[in-house]
Order: sequence, then structure tokens, then C-alpha cells
Amino acid sequence: MLVLLAVHALAAVLAPSLVRALGRRALYLLALAPAAALGWALTTATATETHPWVPQLGLEVALHMGALGRLMVVLVGGVGALVLAYSARYFAPDDAGLGRFAALFVAFAGAMLGLVVADDLLLLYVFWELTTVLSYLLIGHDAARRAGRRAALQALLVTTFGGLAMLVGFIVLGEHAGSYRWSVIAGDLPSGPLLTVAAVLILLGALSKSALVPFQFWLPAAMAAPTPVSAYLHAAAMVKAGVFLVALLTPAFAVSAVWQAVAVTAGLATLLYGGWRALREHDLKLLLAYGTVSQLGLLVAVLGTGTRTAALAGAAMVLAHALFKSALFLVVGVVDHVTGTRDLRELSGLGRRMPALAAVGVLAAASMAGLPPLAGFVGKEAVFAAFATGAPLDTAVLAGLVAGSALTVAYSARFVWGAFGGAKPSEALPPGPALLAPAALLAAAGLAAGLAAPVVDGLLAPYAAGLPGPGYHLALWHGLSVPLGLSAVAVTAGAAVFAATRRRSRDAAERPPAGTAAYDRLMHGVDRLAVELTGATQRGSLPFYLGVILLVMVVLAGVALLAGAPWPVALRPWDTPLQAVVGAVVAVAAIGAARAHRRLTAMILVGVAGYAVAVLFILHGAPDLALTQALVETATIVMFVLVLRRLPATFSERPLRGSRLVRVAIGVAVGAVAAAMAYVAAAGRQARPVSLGFPDLAVSYGGGDNVVNVILVDIRAWDTMGEISVLVVAATGVASLIFRRSADLRQRAPAPPPGPGTGWLRTATGAAQQSIVLQVVTRLIFHVIVLFSLYLLFSGHDAPGGGFAGGLVAALALAVRYLAGGRDELNAAAPVDAGKVLGTGLFVSVGTGLAALPFGGQILQSAIVDLHLPVLGHVHLVTSTFFDIGVYLIVVGLVLDILRSLGAEMDRQMSEPEEAA
Amino acid sequence: MTPNLVYVLLVGVLFATGVTLLLERSLTRVLIGVILLGHGANVLILLGGRAGDAPIVGATPEEGMSDPLPQAMILTAIVITLGMTAFLLALAYRSRHLVGHDEVQDDVEDRRIMVLAERDEGPGTADTSDEHVRGSA
Repeated sequence: MLVLLAVHALAAVLAPSLVRALGRRALYLLALAPAAALGWALTTATATETHPWVPQLGLEVALHMGALGRLMVVLVGGVGALVLAYSARYFAPDDAGLGRFAALFVAFAGAMLGLVVADDLLLLYVFWELTTVLSYLLIGHDAARRAGRRAALQALLVTTFGGLAMLVGFIVLGEHAGSYRWSVIAGDLPSGPLLTVAAVLILLGALSKSALVPFQFWLPAAMAAPTPVSAYLHAAAMVKAGVFLVALLTPAFAVSAVWQAVAVTAGLATLLYGGWRALREHDLKLLLAYGTVSQLGLLVAVLGTGTRTAALAGAAMVLAHALFKSALFLVVGVVDHVTGTRDLRELSGLGRRMPALAAVGVLAAASMAGLPPLAGFVGKEAVFAAFATGAPLDTAVLAGLVAGSALTVAYSARFVWGAFGGAKPSEALPPGPALLAPAALLAAAGLAAGLAAPVVDGLLAPYAAGLPGPGYHLALWHGLSVPLGLSAVAVTAGAAVFAATRRRSRDAAERPPAGTAAYDRLMHGVDRLAVELTGATQRGSLPFYLGVILLVMVVLAGVALLAGAPWPVALRPWDTPLQAVVGAVVAVAAIGAARAHRRLTAMILVGVAGYAVAVLFILHGAPDLALTQALVETATIVMFVLVLRRLPATFSERPLRGSRLVRVAIGVAVGAVAAAMAYVAAAGRQARPVSLGFPDLAVSYGGGDNVVNVILVDIRAWDTMGEISVLVVAATGVASLIFRRSADLRQRAPAPPPGPGTGWLRTATGAAQQSIVLQVVTRLIFHVIVLFSLYLLFSGHDAPGGGFAGGLVAALALAVRYLAGGRDELNAAAPVDAGKVLGTGLFVSVGTGLAALPFGGQILQSAIVDLHLPVLGHVHLVTSTFFDIGVYLIVVGLVLDILRSLGAEMDRQMSEPEEAA
Repeated sequence: MTPNLVYVLLVGVLFATGVTLLLERSLTRVLIGVILLGHGANVLILLGGRAGDAPIVGATPEEGMSDPLPQAMILTAIVITLGMTAFLLALAYRSRHLVGHDEVQDDVEDRRIMVLAERDEGPGTADTSDEHVRGSA
């Protein structure tokens, strides 16, 4: 079965190319996919397959085809193939949407196939929603028509709503039963109120999919679809999915009284409503659509009952309905094709002009009306027999069914009369045999199924076996029985109704199906709610959003903190009194920065805070942190200086004192909560630090003495990997914000050196505002600093330093060169593209991480190599050093990018005339 | 574990000042707020490990070492803040360049919807664009 699904998927993928290459003939080729499914189902009685899918979730592709599944596969495959063959003649050869249609149609057939053979309920749901989405695309085939778009969306929303309810029902059921395999659940169905909940939810899905009351309105609207789509989706396939689900679950669920009550009530109501509306339509296709609604109601009512006879009758009706209704849709398509209209008030004389078409139509309609010896008759007899038990409830249902059958006879007659009757001769050209053949085949199959009723009985009986009730058999002749009498009553009454109504009902035309208004109101309400809700919450103001988020944090964390009272009591003022002094500096600087009016003041104060934090790190015993913090602070100041020259000296002050107070209030609240959290978390801590074993691990596995560095490049190297990736992204973001045109990005690479001269200090020429002395000094110390950065890089494994610190030192050396001599000096110092440095760094880091794989290690695992080299003596080499080299390169690349963007490119833009912006 | 009072107070001050600035409209102030918040978060993480001497095997006996794990986390955080600072500065410059100042403006589209909601106007039925589509097809 998986092979068949794969064949459909492949055919769907290839369809557009095939249609492009072969034109509409390609549809014949594509029809082979559903035809293969048909062939397989005809030759296979039952089948079961299981393939692993998502073992972590317990999901598997569990497929099972029993008697019911087999019937559905035959219908899905057979009708699908015939409708595709029909479409090859129905669409114009130059129809631009044909490739899309073919792909979607075959994909739909595949999804439908998967739906009816899925054993796992979740898998069934997946296919169920696939059919929903594909039907949306198929109904909206003609996207330029508003009616088509609207109908497609309506069908999508209604069936998805039901589908979601069904999913919840499946989950309730599956969790309750401990399995999602229907073959497992069915044998051991749990009972209780949860089962009722699941039953109702699943029925919601089935009712919405099969367009039963109160969801009936979407199906007539979906007639905006091309006729082949209607013939397949709205007669044989998609709408049958709900019926199939009811049929599949009823044998087990019939114990639930709710299931029976809902299915039978909704079914009967739909049967009568659909039949009544069908009698009032002028559009043949709409007439059929309401007829379908009516018949789907009948099917659900019968299949939801849960007796053996009813199940058999329902299955027979599913077969009969698929055959006659798709045939009739195809006939309507032919009529539309040859005459250009589907309005039965305009059609006339077609019966005489096209006897073959009329014969097909009459044969199919007769099956619909339930006349012998057709499949419809056999099915209807069985339906009547199922309820002719004499029990009061059954008799009431039977009355409804007979009334529905009478309406069916009436609208069948109306169809034949409307399509083929009339005395006025027609001028239309008869259809070619290729267009007519599929419909003829389907109608003939309905006749064959009627004549061969015992064979059909043998095929469908396994489905009904095991259900309670007498051993009824499908047959054309049961003797002079009650059902036969009821059939006669229905036909007579139907003929009378037709005679009474065929001249009337002009007024009802163009009325939208009942329920449309409610749907519109609902959608309008949703739209309105969305506007109001968005308007109320999306104020468009960033401070507002942040304030809300922070207040939520204050409230949640504050409540949690208060609930956790009393707090543990454990506090010491400091590790060393010096911390209090430095801490006071940080606090004062931070408060000052928050109050500053001048940008420069704020920047200096925040720098002070940063350096003071570095001192705190030293006092804490964290030299690596102190080093990095001090270097980063310096780099930050450089960047600030570069950008602040383009910004106004003072912040624009807003006169709103109130809003400022609110900000401070929120800030103080957040600060208080954060401090309280910090205290409670630290004071309440019981667990021993995980890092207790790190020093030993660092030496034995990481091959280094500096524990912090080993953590960075080995123990938690994945974190570092993520972090340097963020740095690359940030650098790229900075560059793309500053370089206004992508062509300017070439400036990220160094420009050719200006002037003809070579030699030392050649770039210093002409830079009048720059100090030569400063340039010379920076050149003198530049290489020393770079050397020092390399020392930090390589010694970092055992002593304070490492890739971050080393990279920052080298980057600051570049910054000094730039500050002293401008962009040419920077280019002379680093004649490389910043992007390439970043890329190389990432490549080296990732490459080092992956290098362990070929040797059977894990990603980012380090190896330690001790070598004795002739000159250098003992060399202790750890592979993670290369990872650190990557980090070093990325940090250098980041700062180089910043210098080129915020520095050099900004210089260039500032020297440009203003109108360039 | 016994928390260090200086750190606890510092976390409070840094978060309070940082958040206050974060709620401003000027991007430079927002940026300074981010930096201060970053310091606050770093001190908060620092609280999670004991103080001591440099965590370097050989230089410090293991009992006297400060906890290295929070340090490694803070180290990455510091460098990330550098990247973040650069990005926000570039954003501020860009904003100044394009609109003449570095203030975060209200989202125009959001404001429009807000006004619609207040006036009880806005989308009624979902799809009314038929003529347009036909016209362009």
C-alpha cells in the first residue's frame, strides 16, 4: 500500500511536467496511478502493513485494508481514474491551469487512498487534512473568480474546524485506550464518559466533512469547482470520507447511545433538507449537489445505526451512490460542455439530439431514484429492510427514510426532465465518445452491481459480520416484502411530488444554502474580534510592549517569590570589603548613565561601570572575565565614539514627566524583583555545583589547566559554537545596515592603496588632520600587540587568555591603527575582507569540531597530542586549540567589520554630499 | 550557599537602571540600557558560583578555586553583548541617517488598526477584491 501511495505522490510531482510535454493526453497516463489502486484492491482481499515513522512519538505508518477499506479503495481508484480520463477531454487543450489541476487531483487521489487504508488514527488525521487542503486548492481552481475563492475558503474552514475537533476526539480516544491503532482500539474499546466525548468530537469531524446538517452549506457552494472536481470530490471521494469514518467506527462505537442518536438525527435531517432543496434548484449541478447532501445524510444515518443489516445496506449505498452520482456529475459536465449552460429552464431537446448521453443520464438517475434492477434499488431495499423491524424508534426512522426516498425519486425525475426533456430542438453538437465513455462506464457499473447483487453481497458481508441482527443478503428480489412495498410507495409519492413541483419554485432560485448566513455572521464576528483585539493589544509602541512584558514578569515572579515566603536566611555582606567600594562605583555610574542628558556623558559613565565590573571580576577570582570585560569595554568605547560623531550631542527630551515616572517605576519594580530572585535563588541553593569535577576533567580530557577556557572550547563547546555563530550574524547585520547598497559591500574588502608610492608610511600622505607621530607610534607597537594577542590565544588553554581575549587584543590593535590613520591605514594593517575572516573562523571552528568524527569521536571532542620536535622540544598540542583559533578569527573579523562599517564606510558617507542619502 | 549582599544590591540597581533606559525611545539610551542589563545579568550569574582564586589548575588548589562554570557562561555573554552593541549602534546610525534621529517610532500599521478598532471600522466580509483580480488578470 505504501508503494501505491508513493506512486500517487510521484505522479503528482511529475504531473506538471507531463502536462507540459504531452498536453492533456498526459491525464490518461496519470490516470494509471488511481487505476493501479483499483487493480490492486480488486485482486487483494485484505492487507496489513506497518512501517516505522516517528518512533519517538509512537507514530507509525500502519496501514490496513479490510472489506470496508477495499470498497473505498475500489471507489477512490476507479472513479479517480475515470474522472481523470474524462478531464483529458473536458478541459480545453490550452487550459493554463491544467498542470496544476492534474498534480492536485492525483495528489488528492493519493491522500484519499491513504485516508481509507490508514489504521493509525493520527495517520488517518494527516491524510484527512491533506484531502482538506487539496480540496481547497481544487475548488479554487479558477482563482480569478470570487465565488470560487469564497467557496474554497468556506469549505476549508468548515472542514478544518471539524477536522480539529476530530483530532481532539482521536487523542482522547487514543490516550484513553493506550493505542492509536484502530485495529487495536476496536477490539477493546474503553467505556465511560470520555468515550462519549470522543464520539461527539469525532462525529463533528465526520459531519463537517460530509456536509451534514448543520454543516451542509459548504457543499453546494463548492459547486464553483470544475465539474470533474465535483464528480470526484463531492460524489465519490472527499465527502465520503466522513461517511467512511462513521462506517469505520460504528461497529465499535454503536454501543454509545450518543453516537447513534447524533448520527441518525443529523442524517435524517440532512436527507430531508437536501431532497427538499434539490427540488427547487434550476442549476443541474446544484440540484445534484443538494441531492448529494441528501444522500450523505442517508448514508450517515444508516451506517451510524450499528446493526448488521444497516451496515450492509449502508455499504451497498456507498457503492451505488458513488457510481451514480459521479456519473451524473460527469453527464452534467458534458451537458455544460456541449450547450454552455446547466440551467434546466434553458435546456431543451437534448434527449432527442443526444440519445447516448440521455441513456447514460437516465440509467444513472434511475439508480439514484432506486429503480430496479440497479445498484441504488438493491441498496435502498436493504436500507428499508434494516429498519422494518417494527420497533417504534425504527419505524419512525423508516418513515423518514421513505419520505427521503420519495424526494430522491422526485428530484431524480426533475433532473432527467430538466436535462433531457423539452420539445424545442437543440442545435448543440453531441459529445465525442472519449468524453462520454467515463460516465457511461460508471452508469454501467451501477447496472452491473445491481444485477450482480449476490457478488456484491459476498464482498461487503465481511464488513457487517459481527454486528447484531438477522442474516440479510443483498439481492434484487426478496419476494413480496415490506421493503418492496415501501419502494413502491416512495416511487409513487416521488412521482406525485415531481408532478406537483416541477412548474413551481421559480422563487427559490439563487438563494444561498441555509447556514450560509450564520457562517457569514460568524466570519464577520471573527474579523471584528481580530480588529478589536489587535487594536487593543498591538499599540505599535515598543516601550508599551516592553512595559507589558516586564510587568508580567514582575507580577509572575513577584507572586512566586511572595508565595515562597519565608525566604531562607543566609547573607554575608561581601567576600572582601573592596567589593562594596567597587560595587558602589558601578551603581553610581549606572544611575548617572540613566540620568545623563548628553550622549557622551552616558557613554563615559557606562564605560566606567563596565571597567568597574571588570574589577569586580578580579575580586571574584575570575581573571579571564576581567580581561575580556576590560577589552570589550574598550572596544565598545571605540564603537561608541565612531557612531556618536553622527548623532546629536544630547538626547531629545520629551516633556512628558509622567511617562518618565512610569518608566522609572517599572525599572525599580523589575530591579527589586530581580534582586529578590537573585537572593532567594542563591540562598536557597542546596545542590552541589556541577563544576566540582571540572578541574580534573579539564586536565585529563581537555588537556588544559585554565578551567574556564577548557569549558569554553571543550566541555561546553556547543555553547561557544552557537555564540560565535551569533557574532558572525551580528557582524553581517552591522555591515548590511551601514553599507547602503549591496554594491557598496565591496568596500568591506580593502580598497587598493592610494597613490603611487610604496614603502613605509605611504598611506600617511595627505591625511592632514591626522597625527603623523601617532601613526608612527601605532605602527611601532602594532606588531607587538598582535604578537601578544597570539600569545594570549595559545597560552589561554593553561593561563588567562584564550581565543576571545586574544582576538579582542588583535582587534584593538587594528582599531588603534584606524583611529590613528583612517581607513587607508586600516587597510594597510588588515588587507583582507572582513567577511572572509569571519567565514574562515567559522570554518576552522566547525571543521575542528567535525574532525573528531572520522576518528570515532564525538563532535567537538578534543584530542591531546604530545610531540617531541627537534628544535622546539616538547610540544603539547590539544586539538581544541584550533577551535579557539576559529574563535580568535571571528572576534577579529567582527571588530574589523565594525571598523569598516561604523568607521571607514561612515567616513565615506560623511564626506559625500548630503543629497546622496 | 550564602549570597553576597553587594552582588544582590548590584543586580537590583543594574536591572532597575537598565530597564528604565530600555523603555526609552532613543536607541542610544536603549543600547545603554541593554549594556547595563547585561552587566546585571552577569553579576546575577556570578552569584551562582562561589568566589575564590583563579580557576587554573596548578596555580590554585582546587578547594580555593572560584567556580569556573558561571565564568565561562559570563564570558560568552560579554562577547555577545559586544556584537549586540555593534548592531544596535549601526541601527541607531541608520535610523539617524534615514529619519534624522535615532528614536524608535510607533509602528504605523499597528496604529492604523488601532484607529480602525476605535472607530468601529475595518474588515467586514473577508473577500471583496474580485474586480481587482479580474482587472489585473
